[in-house]
Amino acid sequence: MIEATGLTKRYGDKLAVDNISFTIKPGQVTGFLGPNGAGKSTTMRMILGLDAPTAGRVTIDGRHFAELANPMREVGALLDAKAIHGGRSAYNHLWCLAQTNNLPRRRVDEVIDLVGLRTVARKRSKGFSLGMGQRLGIAAALLGDPKILMFDEPVNGLDPEGILWIRNLMKNLSAEGRTVFVSSHLMSEMENTADHLIVIGRGRIMADCTVSAFIEANSDLAVRVRTPEGVRLHQLAVARGARVRPGGDQTLHISGLGLDAIGDLAFDNGVRLHELAPMQASLEAAFMELTRDSIEFEAIAPTRTETR
Amino acid sequence: MTTLTMSLPPARGRAGLKGALGSEWTKILSVRSTIWSIVAMAGIAIGLNALINYFAIVRDWDRNPPDVQAAIQQNALEYIFSGPMSIAQFGVAVIGVLAISSEYATGMIRSTLQSQPRRGVVLAAKVLALGALMLVVGPVLTFGGFLVGKSIIADQVSISLSDEGVLRVVAGAGLYLTVLALFCLALGTLIRHTAGGLASVLGLILLISNLTGLLPGTWGKYVNAYMPTNAGSQILERYAIPNAALSPWQGLGVFAAETAVLLLAAWYLLRRRDV
Repeated sequence: MIEATGLTKRYGDKLAVDNISFTIKPGQVTGFLGPNGAGKSTTMRMILGLDAPTAGRVTIDGRHFAELANPMREVGALLDAKAIHGGRSAYNHLWCLAQTNNLPRRRVDEVIDLVGLRTVARKRSKGFSLGMGQRLGIAAALLGDPKILMFDEPVNGLDPEGILWIRNLMKNLSAEGRTVFVSSHLMSEMENTADHLIVIGRGRIMADCTVSAFIEANSDLAVRVRTPEGVRLHQLAVARGARVRPGGDQTLHISGLGLDAIGDLAFDNGVRLHELAPMQASLEAAFMELTRDSIEFEAIAPTRTETR
Repeated sequence: MTTLTMSLPPARGRAGLKGALGSEWTKILSVRSTIWSIVAMAGIAIGLNALINYFAIVRDWDRNPPDVQAAIQQNALEYIFSGPMSIAQFGVAVIGVLAISSEYATGMIRSTLQSQPRRGVVLAAKVLALGALMLVVGPVLTFGGFLVGKSIIADQVSISLSDEGVLRVVAGAGLYLTVLALFCLALGTLIRHTAGGLASVLGLILLISNLTGLLPGTWGKYVNAYMPTNAGSQILERYAIPNAALSPWQGLGVFAAETAVLLLAAWYLLRRRDV
């Protein structure tokens, strides 16, 4: 369990993380979602003791990271696949790390096989592709068979095969009862992997809930109706308190009224329906909605200079 | 995917200095820069040394007037040893600075501090691993260089480890290289950049330590003598210098003390800085 209370990080006059508190529960995948520059990486670095918080504290099972007896057995993290000396072979890199926590040498071989780097294990990691570097980083994270795993933007720049591999890995890790904490700026990624969401924008927590609760709370669940009698249905639905938007091509998007209620309404009033379907509100849309005001580097519209 | 929980035995004890030391030892020997620096040093200290001795002493020996021959005899150790050694120290500087600056340059430092977040332990392990390596490499270079040089000039000049001051210079040079490596490690920890660290070391040895020689008066003499590499390289002087501010062993001691202070500063900042 990771617990943060009042965690704050200031770089110069820039507040990267602003007094955030959260708990990451064991046995599930918690997604850490936010636009670029929202403070995700900074938060993860503070969890690992790489950056010292300006204020507040973050603990792992009640202890600061540096107090853990064998850190690699508690927390495995992939923050940055490039945190590797390129002149050292993958095997030696892992062996260097393994020794610090008194892990046996055969464990290095095990994680190499686990991530599928056997054929290049003795090659210098300088020549590794992004995907291979990512696998090596994950191998390092898994070395100590840790209870908690943290991944910072693990699918960034990976090909579809690599993305699938990481998704399955995270699911398997949490199925084994481990805590998985994964950051992303891609909502769609979270939809596929996370159980729980912590949304961060401009250093502040904007949501901390389950994925489905997040979608529900932040988007209108709408129903799509296609009917040749759009005007009538529109009036009927509005009379029942629903919100209706015309969707073009004889369709209406109705929210505030359930699927069954709309079907019954149409039947009772003899309105012919050609289509009646729920609209899956995407996490992406909900995320955009929520973080619209918190994007740090938003494109700014050119200033209008009006001359008269 | 298979399950992850495999043959890992339960943890015994706490991640500490022993594991960190093994890790640093593997690190230092598993990159090519270390090996190349050692090969370069050996090439200079033993190979180039032999070549210079041959041309400077052996080839033209018979053409030299007796007073020149006597001077060479007098300063034989200087010829075969001290000169090349002052060049070999740059190889040591590279190893020392890179031992930590390469971690900052590559980002490896973040992996290192994730596996062992107690930063003092990491720095201590680096000091011990680098020190141990140099305590082996240093004497091999200095004694190797001396013995090869001695045998090249053997027909013209005789010099032996048992001659006055010779053993102290040759053994002391190995210690000087060891302290220098640790000095550079501390500097690399403080500066965190390979180029910046190397430039500082070279600037100190080649420029600043010579410029302080121009300082006037008694205080100038002392400042110059206490400059780290000036103090340390006193150990390379075979004959006592009249009115010297520091004796050879005092000089090495001053250099070691200054290195210890610099390591303390490095330890303090390493603990405080974000990486």
